[in-house]
Amino acid sequence: MEIDKKVVAQKFMEAIPHAKDLGIWIESIGEGVVEMHMKYQEKLIGDPATGVIHGGAVFSLLDTCCGAAVISHPEQKGLTATIDLRVDYMRPATPGETIRAKATCYNVTKSVAFVRAVALDANDQKPVATATGAFVAGDA
Amino acid sequence: MAPKRPESVQLIKQRRDAALADLVSSIPYIQFLGVHFDRRGDELTAVLTYRDSLIGNPGLPALHGGATAAFLEVAAVIELGWANLWRQMETGQSEANAPATSPLIKIPKTIDFTVDYLRSGLPRDAYARAKVTRSGRRYASVFVEAWQDNRTRTFAQATGHFLMPDITDAKIKV
Repeated sequence: MEIDKKVVAQKFMEAIPHAKDLGIWIESIGEGVVEMHMKYQEKLIGDPATGVIHGGAVFSLLDTCCGAAVISHPEQKGLTATIDLRVDYMRPATPGETIRAKATCYNVTKSVAFVRAVALDANDQKPVATATGAFVAGDA
Repeated sequence: MAPKRPESVQLIKQRRDAALADLVSSIPYIQFLGVHFDRRGDELTAVLTYRDSLIGNPGLPALHGGATAAFLEVAAVIELGWANLWRQMETGQSEANAPATSPLIKIPKTIDFTVDYLRSGLPRDAYARAKVTRSGRRYASVFVEAWQDNRTRTFAQATGHFLMPDITDAKIKV
């Protein structure tokens, strides 16, 4: 049952055109816990002077990862939609490095799922960005 | 010798528009997303041109929340970078002899960005306008909202805080 859900989530995430366009893939998926990666690409550069990736691309990665964390949660039936998402940008991502996002859906009520996530590059100690959000629980 | 005639405002505005277009086209991610800007006087509207690759939910279909957020953030940052410039222009502090294309504008850095998703984004063009709520020497607060068919039906809104570029080494030149 749970395995089926994970397969469905993986298939669904891979069918998202914008995630595919950004080069996002699922690294691992558990129960309410998902890790997604996004490869460094020149088309994602937000500051041509430094080659740093645009914050919008990091936001997309975190949003996608958070949504997947909700879908993979055992108490969530079906898909979801973002109600709100806040991203704090701690530092510029190092150019050339893959961005890794790890999201945890830590609480699901009847109608709302609460999620937090972190985005890292090759440096495990200092996050690039963190996210906190509320998502639709139940039928999206 | 007769004093030099002041440059016409129309000429200055044309130069500003060219510099804005240069800035926007120099950022790969803005091109990837497909955002351009439409200026009417001091009012700037960001336009997100619809493409199938912006979809986040193929079932509905609906725009990806990340694409919507990125669109809002781009609209906020560009508004912020240019709000100061327009103010200078209106008060007559515009620099007459600067070359037509040298967008040495330092882009403000996003500290945080919070997006409210009010409706699902439909598979069509979207528009956004940002308002600089407060602009200080170091920090700025910006509110931005986006709509599609109907200006009063906002589908997403956001508030962001930005770190202004160091004024000492970022003289705005256009």
